[in-house]
Amino acid sequence: MAKPELKQISEYCWQIEPFGKMHVPGIIFADRTLINDIDEKTMSQICNVAALPGIVKASFAMPDAHMGYGFCIGGVAAFDPDDGGVISGGGVGFDIACGVRTFHTGLTEDQITSVKEKLAEAMFRDIPAGVGSTGNITLTSDAINNMLAGGAVWAVEKGFGTKEDLDFIEEGGCAKDAIPAKVSPQAKKRQQEQMGTLGSGNHYLEIQKVIDIYDAQIAEAFGLKKGDIMVSIHCGSRGLGHQIGTDYLREMASQAAQYGIELPDRELASVPVNSPLGQDYLGAMRSGINCALANRQILTVLVRKVFSKIFPNTNLKMLYDVSHNTAKMEEHKVNGKSKNLLIHRKGATRSYGPGSSDLPACYKAFGQPVLIGGTMGTSSYILAGTSESESLAFSSACHGAGRSMSRTQATKQWQGSQIVRQLAERKIIIKSRSMRGLAEEAPDAYKNVSAVVEATANAGLAKKVAKLLPLICVKG
Amino acid sequence: MWEHFPHQADIGIKATADSLSRAYEEAALALTAIITEPQKVEAIESVKIECSGENEELLLVNWLSSVIYEMDVRKMLFSKFNVKIDPAPSVNSNSNIRRCGVEKLRLSAVVWGEKINQNKHFPAVEPKAVTYNQLSVKNENGKWTVQCVIDV
Repeated sequence: MAKPELKQISEYCWQIEPFGKMHVPGIIFADRTLINDIDEKTMSQICNVAALPGIVKASFAMPDAHMGYGFCIGGVAAFDPDDGGVISGGGVGFDIACGVRTFHTGLTEDQITSVKEKLAEAMFRDIPAGVGSTGNITLTSDAINNMLAGGAVWAVEKGFGTKEDLDFIEEGGCAKDAIPAKVSPQAKKRQQEQMGTLGSGNHYLEIQKVIDIYDAQIAEAFGLKKGDIMVSIHCGSRGLGHQIGTDYLREMASQAAQYGIELPDRELASVPVNSPLGQDYLGAMRSGINCALANRQILTVLVRKVFSKIFPNTNLKMLYDVSHNTAKMEEHKVNGKSKNLLIHRKGATRSYGPGSSDLPACYKAFGQPVLIGGTMGTSSYILAGTSESESLAFSSACHGAGRSMSRTQATKQWQGSQIVRQLAERKIIIKSRSMRGLAEEAPDAYKNVSAVVEATANAGLAKKVAKLLPLICVKG
Repeated sequence: MWEHFPHQADIGIKATADSLSRAYEEAALALTAIITEPQKVEAIESVKIECSGENEELLLVNWLSSVIYEMDVRKMLFSKFNVKIDPAPSVNSNSNIRRCGVEKLRLSAVVWGEKINQNKHFPAVEPKAVTYNQLSVKNENGKWTVQCVIDV
């Protein structure tokens, strides 16, 4: 397919008029440079989603949009279950509820400078990361089912963290109506030894410094000050989520035809939300969300242990935890009427505006923290959801930088050791077990995260609050 | 013969051989090569794998998904593969037009490898799942070429 014609709606919003089998338009939020970088394959994925049954309003793409499978990464789509709306495994992806969790350390850079290397070493040693790593917890089959039903709430009950942590996680740390029985034994087996592990690829654990504040009032509400040292974890539902994705994509691909769903791309495999398989997937996928939340909760405790050894009086307090690969039932206004819609966010972050009932009391007047992960050499950002984000894209924003270059190309262009050296010159410590892995994750293999955040803010999807610079990055 | 091909977010694998089973073996080697250099993986321990699929493409997805599963639960890497497909597809079959319907292709394999050692294999990235993206199985002049994209 050739790149479809784009109509500019505003400086930061572009529209693909419906053509062919599209029920709704494609809407892309981006500035002129970012829109030019979005290739035709990504565009055709946006159009394919617009052709799925029951889609509401538009097939959206965030400023970090790039080619995925079925859905593009950075894709957002709402489906109305009462109007034949579908649920798509490809609209969630294999790493169910991959997300970012950020917490405060209460420390400043001066306090960590003298122990920076020691801290990096300790995190690298004590936080299981990379291929083949196992956690210190092996779950029995009963325990796995309880974890899948309870998420971070289960983890806190088991002694991992505090009840206060739960206030700062989407949905209070537990996706309701998870059905662990709909998760295959294979998926559960993959998870048995993987609780409290970071994973690999673009997953990381970072110590960051707040270097800029854009909105003083919201920053104060989020507890952010210039110079603060923060910790961020980026990871997901590990082997369990990957296997749920594999199992259900296979099933959805074979059942789609019986519901009269034509698949332009097998990876778009979908069935009606209200079909038996659709409900089974929802139950399994919510279990996957809970697995990711429990995993990040356990990792939090491991990070707290590392900090307490070096800084005995620190209290690592949660800022927020938000997932960016999900499908969630949410109430949204469409043409003035409230509707319960299934919102797929594939590499996109929910960005509820002020007043949302899901927000903890202390954030309610300011909007939901939207945590945007950068690369190991570039900044991460903290944004806040806006009221207008709901009418723009069902309360959604970008999720990260988004890759601009393939891993194969990146390894031809850079060497891991060279990246470690260059970042060391900028006083960023990188810890990884694989030099090739580092080359694949080279900062320049990603889009410019600042441009992505700028476009997100200018489009009105979220408000810029703070910019964070990495000081230590442990890669999986 | 195998190779990796670029995908914006992930990694594509492509393998060519004289038979479909050989091509599947090469594709599995390409999967290992996403993680580490296959020559670093010693063929010490063997694992049996069985799976099925409605056609050659879906069988490829199920085969590589099974290898990922075994790698993940056993914390192993594999470097030697012996694949048998039953019933063997004829040389002239073309997956683009042929559909086996209810009659499934069955695959049985023995794969050899060893436990992952981070200080020996320096694993770069972990394959999460096999996608249907750019999935194809072709037979041209007796040469089988199989490919797909792996989510990492």
